[in-house]
Amino acid sequence: MGDLVTISSNLLYASFFFYLIATFFFGGTIREKKTGNRGKASTIGISLTIAGFVTQLGYFFTRWVASQHAPVSNLFEFTTFFGMMLVMAFIIIYFIYRLDVIGLFALPVALLIIAYASMFPREISPLVPSLKSHWLYIHVTTAAVGEAILAISFVAGLIFLIRQIDQTKKSKHTFWLEFVIYSIFSTLGFIIMTTAFGAMDYQAQFQAPVEGQVVNVEYQMPAIVGPNAGELQTDGVMQPLLDAPEWMRGQDAARKLNTLIWSFLSGLVLYGIARLILRKRVAAALQPKLKKFNPDLIDEVSYRAVSIGFPVFTLGALIFAMIWAQEAWNRFWGWDPKEVWALITWLFYAFFLHLRLSRGWHGTKSAWLAVGGFAIIMFNLIAVNLVIAGLHSYA
Amino acid sequence: MKKIKCECGHVNPEGTVLCEACGKPIEGNQHIDGNIKDSLLNMRYEGSARRSQTYNRSMVDKVWNFFSSVKVGVWLIIITLVASSLGTIFPQEMYIPPGADPVTFYEDQYGLAGKIYYQLGFHNLYSSLWFMMLIALIGVSLVICSIDRVVPLHRALKKQKPKRHHTFLKRQRVFGETKANVDMDAFKSNLQKHRYKVREQDGHILAEKGRFSRWGPYVNHIGLILFLLGALLRFLPSMYIDDFVWIREGETEVVPSTGGQYYVKNEDFILENYDPEKDKRFQEALMNQDVPVASNYQTNAVIYERTNNDVVGAEPELQELSREKIVVNEPAKFGGFALYQSSFQLDEFSSMSFTLHETGDESAVLGEFTVDLTQPKMEYKLDSGAKVVIDEYFPEYYMDGNQPRSKSKFPKNPAFVFYVYPPDGGEPEVSFAGIGMNIDPTNENDYKLSLKGFDTRDVTGLAVKKDYTLPFMAVGGLIFMIGVIQGMYWNHRRIWLQPTEDGVWIAGHTNKNWYGLKRDIEKSIQNTRIEMPEDQQQLKG
Ligand code: HEM
Repeated sequence: MGDLVTISSNLLYASFFFYLIATFFFGGTIREKKTGNRGKASTIGISLTIAGFVTQLGYFFTRWVASQHAPVSNLFEFTTFFGMMLVMAFIIIYFIYRLDVIGLFALPVALLIIAYASMFPREISPLVPSLKSHWLYIHVTTAAVGEAILAISFVAGLIFLIRQIDQTKKSKHTFWLEFVIYSIFSTLGFIIMTTAFGAMDYQAQFQAPVEGQVVNVEYQMPAIVGPNAGELQTDGVMQPLLDAPEWMRGQDAARKLNTLIWSFLSGLVLYGIARLILRKRVAAALQPKLKKFNPDLIDEVSYRAVSIGFPVFTLGALIFAMIWAQEAWNRFWGWDPKEVWALITWLFYAFFLHLRLSRGWHGTKSAWLAVGGFAIIMFNLIAVNLVIAGLHSYA
Repeated sequence: MKKIKCECGHVNPEGTVLCEACGKPIEGNQHIDGNIKDSLLNMRYEGSARRSQTYNRSMVDKVWNFFSSVKVGVWLIIITLVASSLGTIFPQEMYIPPGADPVTFYEDQYGLAGKIYYQLGFHNLYSSLWFMMLIALIGVSLVICSIDRVVPLHRALKKQKPKRHHTFLKRQRVFGETKANVDMDAFKSNLQKHRYKVREQDGHILAEKGRFSRWGPYVNHIGLILFLLGALLRFLPSMYIDDFVWIREGETEVVPSTGGQYYVKNEDFILENYDPEKDKRFQEALMNQDVPVASNYQTNAVIYERTNNDVVGAEPELQELSREKIVVNEPAKFGGFALYQSSFQLDEFSSMSFTLHETGDESAVLGEFTVDLTQPKMEYKLDSGAKVVIDEYFPEYYMDGNQPRSKSKFPKNPAFVFYVYPPDGGEPEVSFAGIGMNIDPTNENDYKLSLKGFDTRDVTGLAVKKDYTLPFMAVGGLIFMIGVIQGMYWNHRRIWLQPTEDGVWIAGHTNKNWYGLKRDIEKSIQNTRIEMPEDQQQLKG
């Protein structure tokens, strides 16, 4: 089986590079004068994307064979799958609207998500009894497909905002748009920091009291924030500058806070560098490149993605989830945080649709809602898993 | 009710904005959909007469108008959304550790914020009255707003004629004029090729497709309402049973909430863990974890039905129904009930055996006895004539200060206060014995009780469920999905063509996805000399 696992992870690497190169080709399409008529760069871009997608399917199914269960059962596997579905959603939207610019933004998002996934433990994990159900796979995969399609709406919304928002003066819009871009930089920062300290094999051991017992807490990044009342055990590493506040009690709470701070700081550095080079807001620098795209069409893509994704999300994240919960825990709904956040996501997109249809929220307002929806999805994927752990918590 | 007669001859109900038949804006009603300020017509609900926009006099009107407003509906949704998120800040009461007292738990764990959380009732948010009220209000709003719109919308779509008033066309978002002699037949056949239904009246053309998608929202709302009704039905005890039973290995228990009709025997409870040696695929993950990972929880059970249920007070006569392996995700089902593997206790003590001997000489044995912990006898007579009497029994012993007490009635850590009567019938001695302890309170005892052995067994916890509301919810969910797909994956597109003196006017409308509509028009005007109409509402960039 070992061989298959190696083949599988090599296929994942390969797909990553396909997407990366495809991004550059979509970048090349920006310079072409006309939209609509597909140039060479566009054809190569979409072909590479499809090649990457097929390769990643290869990763998925070889890993399935190796682990003998669908590889969506830990955070690494699920997040990777989500990235793959994002690419699939892009391919579908591409063939409806033939907009290269969507690829230019969607593929980097997918790349970030797959890289982010790889920061989590990658070994094949055993399934506890409640996870042994076909309904679980059906639920998780469909929910991921739904979320991925909804993510395309975010991508289009972001493009719309970069293209449309008045950059000549400072406003709430420019601030929040920069904030979204900064968040993307922070994700990148997290990946760079984790990889860098991982390569250095950085280790710092603490002993700290957790629930009345002294336990070992292991850091893989220098501790800016140490565990509350923790004692550093390792020699020759950085002393924490601060202790985590007392109310952060879980064994891993301080370590996660520390990782978060590293991500935000490195994001700030990356963003700062970008601002220094560009000498204006990042969105302002991107804006001229997007002027040739029809904002109406981008707006429609964003909405179309919601209208395709909403039913899939409902089916996967709510209906199939209920069927599974009924089988596994004999109650189809338990108000555990992950479930509640799926409901919140769903309510949010229902809210979006009603505003759009009945109250005429188009254009900028609609684009902001698409960004907000994606923020909720990411919150559910990351924060709820890592912070508010519920029954579903993989990690 | 006042009726409004349009110049085309059609009689419209009071409150109509656009004539149902020809679409001519009805004078005096244009403020209703805000058509006065706008150069384009508001096509929502076809400008039909909605009750909520027409009457506002009585109390009923006011309530109706309140609930039929999408603004109100949207507010209800957003309030529910925010409220739901509040419930995830700290765990809900059902997820706090078993046995923890919520009164103190929240404050102990989360400080002042936790205390406030508890006092505001957020620890039980989702079953609180106000949260259920919110859901109920959404339900009411759904019903009223759907009825308010679906009836007039249906009327207007049925009554529409191909021949439209010229202002109707002119004030559509997609509109164009062509001054040429156009090929109408080619146009019609192009439209039909793209699956449009084409109707004609005096040379005016209406091409329509996907009208059924307009009913999508109403269908999905019906599904939601059914689902909510199903949730409401759970409050009827005959519809929904949620109970629980603990069964020790080897024992048979009546299944609660079945009126004594069903019994279940626990033959064996099995807990299996993953073995990193055997299961190579998970080796790495298992090695990284300090605790074993369970692979299976299983109860081998026998289900019985009582055959003499009608005889009150008689010993139950049981007939075997089935033998089941109940594992997580695979409940046992019988007679509308289901038994789910949901909890367990390993190694509960079932019996303890003691030896009585002289203090300081283990070979001078006065006798042995075994206490059955489920039904301890009070008195044990030994061969030597000695007698042991149980004075107190603590199934789950712990020291509360200097007072022995029992945490529960389950024999998890049994301990006893024994009176030992010597063979010659003298005064009894007091002896305190449990697992790993034997205390002589006076330190003057002549006899000592030693634990010789014990038996353990597992206990399984099975949830008992009967849920007749599930079909409701399933049907509700299904209808919701049908409706939402119907409304989302299809659009209602219409193209109108009107002959003019020197050519034609063409106009188009869709409820969503204008790009698709424009592409349809582009394809159907090929080889007809009709010019591509303009989108009069492009976002200017
Ligand atoms: C959680 C609850 C709700 C869900 C999931 C839901 C879902 C939907 C969906 C999916 C649509 C179709 C939207 C589209 O095609 O773009 C829709 C339309 C609609 N909903 Fe709801 N809805 C909910 C609650 C409500 C409430 C409370 C109201 C009452 C005011 C309402 C009023 C409407 C109306 C009037 C339409 C049709 C809009 C139009 O044709 O202009 N909905 N709903």
